[in-house]
Amino acid sequence: MFDFEPFYLTFKLALATTLILFIVGIPLAYFLAFNRSPWKVLLEAVVGLPLVLPPSVLGFYLLLAFSPQNVVGKFLNDYFDVRLVFTFPGLVIASVIYSLPFMIQPVQSGFSMVPRSLVETAYTLGKNKFTVLTRVLMPNMKAALISGCVLSFAHTIGEFGIVLMVGGNIPHETRVISVVIYDEVEAMNYTQANVYSSILLIFSFLVLVSVYLVNRRALKVHYQS
Amino acid sequence: MIEIKINRKLFGANGELRLVFDTIIRRGEFVTIYGPSGAGKTSVLRMLAGLLKPDGGSIKVEDQVWFESGKVDLPPQQRNIGIVFQDYSLFPNMTVQGNLEFALSKGQSPEIIGELLSLMELENLRDKRPAVLSGGQQQRVALARALIRKPKLLLLDEPLSALDTAMQIKLQEYILRLHQQFNLTTILVSHDIAEVARLSKRVLLLEGGRVSKDGTPGEVLPLENFRNFIDGMIS
Repeated sequence: MFDFEPFYLTFKLALATTLILFIVGIPLAYFLAFNRSPWKVLLEAVVGLPLVLPPSVLGFYLLLAFSPQNVVGKFLNDYFDVRLVFTFPGLVIASVIYSLPFMIQPVQSGFSMVPRSLVETAYTLGKNKFTVLTRVLMPNMKAALISGCVLSFAHTIGEFGIVLMVGGNIPHETRVISVVIYDEVEAMNYTQANVYSSILLIFSFLVLVSVYLVNRRALKVHYQS
Repeated sequence: MIEIKINRKLFGANGELRLVFDTIIRRGEFVTIYGPSGAGKTSVLRMLAGLLKPDGGSIKVEDQVWFESGKVDLPPQQRNIGIVFQDYSLFPNMTVQGNLEFALSKGQSPEIIGELLSLMELENLRDKRPAVLSGGQQQRVALARALIRKPKLLLLDEPLSALDTAMQIKLQEYILRLHQQFNLTTILVSHDIAEVARLSKRVLLLEGGRVSKDGTPGEVLPLENFRNFIDGMIS
């Protein structure tokens, strides 16, 4: 039996994660691109950690942090009545952390690619940093912004380890596609697993094709017209 | 009157260099900073614009202090200058008109846009994006944009060096026209003798981080090169 609920949940998670990452990612990437402090490398390393850590490690520590028995979880539980373990909001926070480098890295390099003289010219025209960000930087790095969003979205769809650790396997709450596929395989329902898997495969392929297309078009627009 | 007394340590291709720049520029003057590459010409402009911080010294423009070591350092936004870089630096996401509109100060009347478009003969190009313009056209837009806020001081950093000779001569006329019409004080950085001789009455020769000569082009420019230039003009 084919169930749409996990797809809906997965896309809801990916959309929420991407939106939050876009809002958090732009100032963070801006800081990383333009700050000259030697301490910056530490922050860069932290942002990049999800690229090298097994998701289960990240999930394990988030699970500990979110647990109502520990400081962060207890604080959220007592003061805000918020529980993050095995809940959808908890999953969103874990996803945001897990996909952080997929937003930050393209956007950061996008900031660095915009010629410095454009920014400096805008300053000499009396424009403040926020105006320069919204009217000079962001419009001239659309490809980087789109890449960041699409990659974050796709990466969130592909999560497994961290979802299992922080979210568990709760129908209608945290049971996303990747978990469903795992369940079906465990239960030897290979046909069912294949249906879910092939949809995910085709989707991921199309996402990457669109990212490369956008990047190619952006380059062309920049250098030709 | 602009009183400049600044110094800064520079790191260039030839190693470390101590740049000391000390001069007074009168209102309405057209001054060229001439010298070999790596002498610190562009750094002087950037320090005047507030884009590079001097290690010490001061910059005073009329009655306003723009920089005083350890006390005042006005950001570029508050210095009211116009600057034109060698690479034009037009915003690729905006049309010609958009580039000029972007430069308007808050509450400034947009009439100046039409005025500058007609002065620089850009009316037909107002809806074009920078990428489809020729180098000379782009530079005219950059010049027009630099003057939208009616700055008192115009800084030109090798603005014509990427253009062919015919276009350079045409743009030199535009620059002189703007200089007079807007009562500007203009500081040009250049290493092109012909350009320097044509545009400015006063040249500062910057060599090894210091102003080694200050006078008319005839007095300052290396005699040999200057003769070649004159010979070229005659023949």
